[in-house]
Formats: sequence, structure tokens, C-alpha cells
Amino acid sequence: MTLPARINGWVRVVPAWPIYILAVVNLLWEFWLALNGLRQYAVEPINVLERQYGEIALIMLIAGLFITPIRNWTGVNLVKYRRAIGLSAFLFVLAHFLVFAVLDVQSVSRVVTEVIKRPYVTVGFAAFVLLIPLAVTSNNRSIRKLGPVRWRKLHMLTYPIVVLSGLHYIWLVKGWPIEPFAYMVVILALLFVRIKWTGIRDYLAKRDASASS
Amino acid sequence: MAYRWKNDLTPADVTPKSLFLNRRQLIAGTAGLGAIAVAGGARAQDALVPNSFEDITTYNNFYEFGTGKTDPVQNASAMVIDPWTVTIDGMVDNPGEYALADLLDGLETEERIYRFRCVEAWSMVVPWNGVELADILDKVGVQDGAQYVAFETVVQPENMPGVRRNVIDFPYVEGLRLDEARHPLTMMATGIYGEPMPKQNGAPMRLVVPWKYGFKSIKSIVRITLTDTQPPTTWNNINAREYGFYSNVNPTVDHPRWSQATERLIGGGLFSSRQDTLMFNGYEEEVASLYEGMDLTANY
Repeated sequence: MTLPARINGWVRVVPAWPIYILAVVNLLWEFWLALNGLRQYAVEPINVLERQYGEIALIMLIAGLFITPIRNWTGVNLVKYRRAIGLSAFLFVLAHFLVFAVLDVQSVSRVVTEVIKRPYVTVGFAAFVLLIPLAVTSNNRSIRKLGPVRWRKLHMLTYPIVVLSGLHYIWLVKGWPIEPFAYMVVILALLFVRIKWTGIRDYLAKRDASASS
Repeated sequence: MAYRWKNDLTPADVTPKSLFLNRRQLIAGTAGLGAIAVAGGARAQDALVPNSFEDITTYNNFYEFGTGKTDPVQNASAMVIDPWTVTIDGMVDNPGEYALADLLDGLETEERIYRFRCVEAWSMVVPWNGVELADILDKVGVQDGAQYVAFETVVQPENMPGVRRNVIDFPYVEGLRLDEARHPLTMMATGIYGEPMPKQNGAPMRLVVPWKYGFKSIKSIVRITLTDTQPPTTWNNINAREYGFYSNVNPTVDHPRWSQATERLIGGGLFSSRQDTLMFNGYEEEVASLYEGMDLTANY
């Protein structure tokens, strides 16, 4: 049996629900560390927790984008974990936003000002808002109700969401640290491999054919 | 001549080492001192409770060692600070390469408790030890016509991971107008809490300009140049729209990407509230006259 086939065999028996447990435990663990000023939270827990939740959210969003290319290239099908990964990403985005709003800027009027006035907050907030319909429709009932075509179309919002998230990080930093740019490179690469080159070639060929006739 | 400027708090208010090593005891220990400081103070001002030694030495921006706040404390131990030579050149009577001890010889070391406001909208209160920059300038003799002072940080690529990765252009450079440099609040700090300056805080000698954003207070200085033209400064070179030459703390002029109206005083834990940022970081009375007639929105 080939390795991809063997992995697919494991996938059939390993359920997705532990991802939810891991996400919630991780979220609470980081909060507990920050609350007690432990490890990296010793001096400035608010800013560090805000960034920690944000970075985990970004990693989870990017992880979700890996599922399809992995299947296309290796035959390993991890799609049964994608909903849990996406919902966990949303959980961390929500936590990231709440730390920003409640613990960091600390007032509704300042949250509104920041979202309107600061472009990096605007794009981050836009990503958060766009994620809400995806989280709400991430259940079988919604897929049935919307129909698979419309549901899939709606969930293509993931692409702008992850680009906005990467931009949000780059826009926020001072100088040229590696991490935000590295994430953006990965994001753009994952979008690049999704471009349907054959589709574009066929379209151009058809257009040329109709122009010459 | 030192002691031109009088702290509202005196050196006696600096928490003894046995206490500052424990933050909870520090807070309890200074509750009473605050009352004394207000009673003896020349003007009404919140008593400044210094941050703990741990806060001050483990949450730093020192990009030579990396862009993370804990990178400096993790990486700075590799920096070689002995021997340390400071090159003083430009429009001075006695240019040359000064051993640090010679440069500081005979100058009065003072303890100053200053607010420290980072451009990233957080702040600390730091009990610095050091000398007034004016005394160093007098020692080397500033020539007529000099109008600015330029500073440069050491570059040790083999000991500085941030330099090897080129996270910004190095060496880090900063500058002040001569009258700012000669102001009695401006100091060259060589210690914190009576301890020699920790490497992550800019050992062995750094600038402290308490009414300006923290990045103006350049660390680990190896060159001081007197000049008649405004010197280039690192963050201004990187992004002139965001970081001006003056970079005075000003709650009414926002950074393009974030508000400068409020700040978070480090050390308050997960539920610490924001406080209003003060004009010139609370030193308006002392320094506002330096900028009389200047448009502070244009000269940010």
C-alpha cells in the first residue's frame, strides 16, 4: 500500500473533534499564562496575548488553505478536518478581536475610531467580519440549505480573508521582521497554485479563435 | 555642573534593590513614598513609581538583537562592552577616541526618575543613573556654529543577530538639536537602579531624552558628532511620514498607524487600563520653550 493510501486509511479512523478540544484548551492555556504573567506574558501581557491569538488564527487560516493542494499533489485527503480547522481559526480571530477591544483599546468609541482611522485595523476587522458568515454556515444544514455550489462560492471568501489577514500583520510591524512577510509569501503561493492555468489557456484560445473568425 | 534639574522625587525614593527585585513588595513599599513626593514636589504631578528592574530589563526594543521585545534580553549578553571607546568628532575643540572612563571622569553621576514613552504607545518609569549630556559636551568643547549633535550605536555583526538579518539599516543613528542636547533633562545614562546599565538597555552608555519617544534615546553609543546640519536619524530614514526628526511626545499628533493620545503603563497586568499621554511626556514646563513658535504638527 502506498504512503498516501495508508495515510488516508488513518484519516478514516482519526476523528476531527480533537481539533476543537485542542483549540479551546490552547486558547484558555494562553489566557491563563497571560493572567498570571507567566513566560512571555511577564511584562506586557495584553499586547503579547493579542498578538499570540492573532498569529495562531493566521496559522490556522493558512493551514486550511493547504488541504486542497495536498490532496491534488499527494492524494492525501484531509478535507474532513477542514471545518474544524476553519472554525478554530474563527475562534482565535474572535479572541484576538476581544483582547483588542476589551483589554487593549478598552472603549467602544476607541474601537470604532481605530477601525475607521487605522488602515491595518480596518483590513483586520474586514477579515473578521467576512469570516462570520463562513463560521455561521459551517454546518451540514447550511450546505443543504444553500446547495453545494452556492455554499462553495460563499466559502471562497476564505481567499480574500487570508490575504487581508496577512496584510493586517505586515501593516502593523515596524522595520523588516521576517514573520509577517514569510506568512504572506506562503499565502500568495497557496493562492498561486489554485490558479486554473488550463482554464485561462482555454479561455484565451477561445477568445483568439472568435476574434479571427 | 550637575543637578541643574530637580527631580520631584529624590534618590532616596528609588526603591532599594532588596525591594525592587520583588514587584509586589515594590508596590507596597512605594505607596507611602508617593505622599512624601507630592508634599515635597514643586508642582502637582502623580508620584512616579518606577517599574521593576525585571520590567525594565526584559521588555526592550533594541533591533540589533532582533525585533521581538524579549530578543534583547536573550541575545544582548554577546555584546562586547569592555573596552568601550567613544569617538567624538566634528565641530569640537578636543576631538578624539575617548575611553568611556575618561569621558565620564570627574562628572557628577545622578539618579533621575523619568517617564519613558515608547512610540508604540506603551510607557514605563525608569530610575536612570547618569550624567548630563551638557557636561560631556562642555568637556570636549563645542565650537561656535555647531547646531546639532549626532549619535551612533555600536555595530557588532558577529554578536548581533538583528544586524546580520538587516532588520533595519545599521548602524542605528540619532540626533538632537544642540539646545535639546544641552537641556538639563537630557542625560547620558550609565545605569538603572544603581546597577551598571544592562546590555539590553544600551550598555555601557546611552542617551535619555525623556520628552521624546523612546527611539530617540539611542543605545550603546560609540560616536558623538557635532555638526551644523541636521543629521540623518534611523527611523526617519526608514519612514519619514511616520517618524520625524523631533519626535517629541505629543498626544495631539497621532502616528499615522495608531493613536498617541493614550498609553499603557507597563506592569499593570492583563487588566491594566490606559492612561492619557502627557504633552512632552509630562515635561512641558521644562522643554516647551525650546519649540516656541514651531508648528508641532508639521515638525512631528
